[in-house]
Amino acid sequence: MPTTKQQHADTPPSGGDGDSGSSRIGLVLFWIYVLLYVGFMILVLFRPDLLSIRPFGGVNLAIAYGMGLIGSAFVLALIYMVARSKR
Amino acid sequence: MIYETSSAAIAIFAAFVVSVIALSFFLGRKGQSAKAYYAAHGEIHWFVNGIAFAGDYLSAASFLGICGMIAFSGYDGFLYSIGFLAGWIVALFVIAEPIKALGRFTFADALDSTFQSRGIKLAVAISTLVVSIFYLIPQMVGAGDLIVPLLGLPHAAGVILVGVAVTMIVVTAGMVSTTWVQFIKGSLLVFFCGILAAMILDRGLVVKTIDLTPQVRTVTPTGQVLIDGKPQSKDHDLRPVGTIKALPARYAGQTSTGPLRPLEYLAALEDSTVVTWSSKKHTDAAGTHTTYSPVERSGGELLKPGVYFKGLTTGKLADRLDFASLMLALFCGTASLPHILIRYYTVKDASAARKSTVVGIAAIGAFYVLTLYLGLGAMTSGALDPTSTNMAAPLLAKSFSTTLFAIISAIAFTTVLGTVSGLIMAGSGAVAHDLLENVCGITMTDHEKVRYGKIAAVGLGLVAMALGILFRNFNVSFLVGWAFNLAASANLPSLVMLLFWPRTTKQGIIAAVTVGMVASLSWILLSADTYEKVYGWSREASVVPFSQPGLVTIPLGFLVLIVVSLLTPPPTQKVRRHG
Repeated sequence: MPTTKQQHADTPPSGGDGDSGSSRIGLVLFWIYVLLYVGFMILVLFRPDLLSIRPFGGVNLAIAYGMGLIGSAFVLALIYMVARSKR
Repeated sequence: MIYETSSAAIAIFAAFVVSVIALSFFLGRKGQSAKAYYAAHGEIHWFVNGIAFAGDYLSAASFLGICGMIAFSGYDGFLYSIGFLAGWIVALFVIAEPIKALGRFTFADALDSTFQSRGIKLAVAISTLVVSIFYLIPQMVGAGDLIVPLLGLPHAAGVILVGVAVTMIVVTAGMVSTTWVQFIKGSLLVFFCGILAAMILDRGLVVKTIDLTPQVRTVTPTGQVLIDGKPQSKDHDLRPVGTIKALPARYAGQTSTGPLRPLEYLAALEDSTVVTWSSKKHTDAAGTHTTYSPVERSGGELLKPGVYFKGLTTGKLADRLDFASLMLALFCGTASLPHILIRYYTVKDASAARKSTVVGIAAIGAFYVLTLYLGLGAMTSGALDPTSTNMAAPLLAKSFSTTLFAIISAIAFTTVLGTVSGLIMAGSGAVAHDLLENVCGITMTDHEKVRYGKIAAVGLGLVAMALGILFRNFNVSFLVGWAFNLAASANLPSLVMLLFWPRTTKQGIIAAVTVGMVASLSWILLSADTYEKVYGWSREASVVPFSQPGLVTIPLGFLVLIVVSLLTPPPTQKVRRHG
């Protein structure tokens, strides 16, 4: 019977369940979020004036984008969970 | 400011501590195997684990620190919320399932699963201990800071009280009791912050007329505290601050908006005029004088970046790089914190790890949205203590009712308990499992693994208490940033490359962990912020261009791993398959 360490060492390092297709979904969602986060950072660092515009019911872009990042993290996480459970 | 001791806060806090310690003793009777102590049998339900993630992660820095920063500086505090939550995306999509599949009890287990190298275990165990201790200090100092005004006890008493309670929780049932304490804390924190946010919206924005004369607090060479030149007392103290001066034009003639919906609240605040307070310190023969002065700002100015992170408006490249570096460290740091990573071992499989992370993101995300309302509510409550940003959330609660104040204060203590217990568990595993068993090669029975783990937990509890007392006057906000930078620089490059680059060697991992840890720590110690606020030296004397190291030291960790791996023999197929 293999030892616990061997059991863990035998597991492929990438892919968690060993399902590379599912891992790809995770990486795609990860890069989508990175793009959103980097976009936010570029605005904060280089075009903070744009964050003062108020496109959403009187709420400025700084608040809307920040809330959007928090909300999109949850939405992407849900998409990932559903996608993984269907496989 | 001098606070009235709250007997209700003492009662609620005491009831919570007694309850969780009793629960810990009860859970401790259910089995004492190594797997139970270090990984809660691997049988925690994913939903419970997800809320426990929130209880583990939402430290005093998140609850008290971010609320306080928003209350005094507006939107810039919310940037921390955004960065702290974004880190969970790395955890979910990149780290969660592999770490569950690779590891057993500790972070070192996962990083070393392929190579079975003592060098990796040693380097990772040291980095775990360093990160955990840097994270422990602000929690313990925060505990002491809360005890002084709320319970009327000395700072050291608060540190010892929390240290003893946490050590008992960890020693009785290890990860089982730690998980349940974190679950209870996470649930209470999100629930009561939700109640407080609802009360803020129901109150709306209210104009208050307060005395806007600057206030001076002097600490004489003998330690006496004077307010505007007279000894401080309950009858002669600093005035509470933070008010709305004028509402938007659409509320002309009114002193209150009445109840507002969440987006309406933000829009109305944006068009209001707010009075915040700034401080300026100078020292002369009579003592150290801090002058608190009102600053009138438009809501629009407070709801965009630049009040706290002044570098964003100066246009200097170094200031922008400093901010970008902080946000990178927050993004990369979460998935590298050992006390967060070990929580993946408490669920049964990768699917449960994934689901629990999603629950964690939901709870933590909801909490961070609430912090914006809590911070802005405190900013306009007329109840802020100008000397303490950390007291913003409890004082906001006090502006509604003393019962809510007692509850929020007690929850602030439990916030410290939940996070510190997770940190001590991570450190205990690093000492007993990684260093003693795997590096020193001490053969242990299952019972001995638990015993050594408990001894290590007691030792770490004592260290935490000593550091909490020793660092009492230290600017603790630095240390949280240090922990994230250290974790991201030392741990993330190795973890990511091990998963995605087959050419990674054990020498590459050892070098990356060591260089990442040493480089980020050295950078911080040589930074302008540390020169000014820790050493009391001139900022200009600093030898590094900006204070936050992540932008340099995280890529450095990746670079070192790649270079060293390419310079050393590639791992054989056998090593890649079997370790």
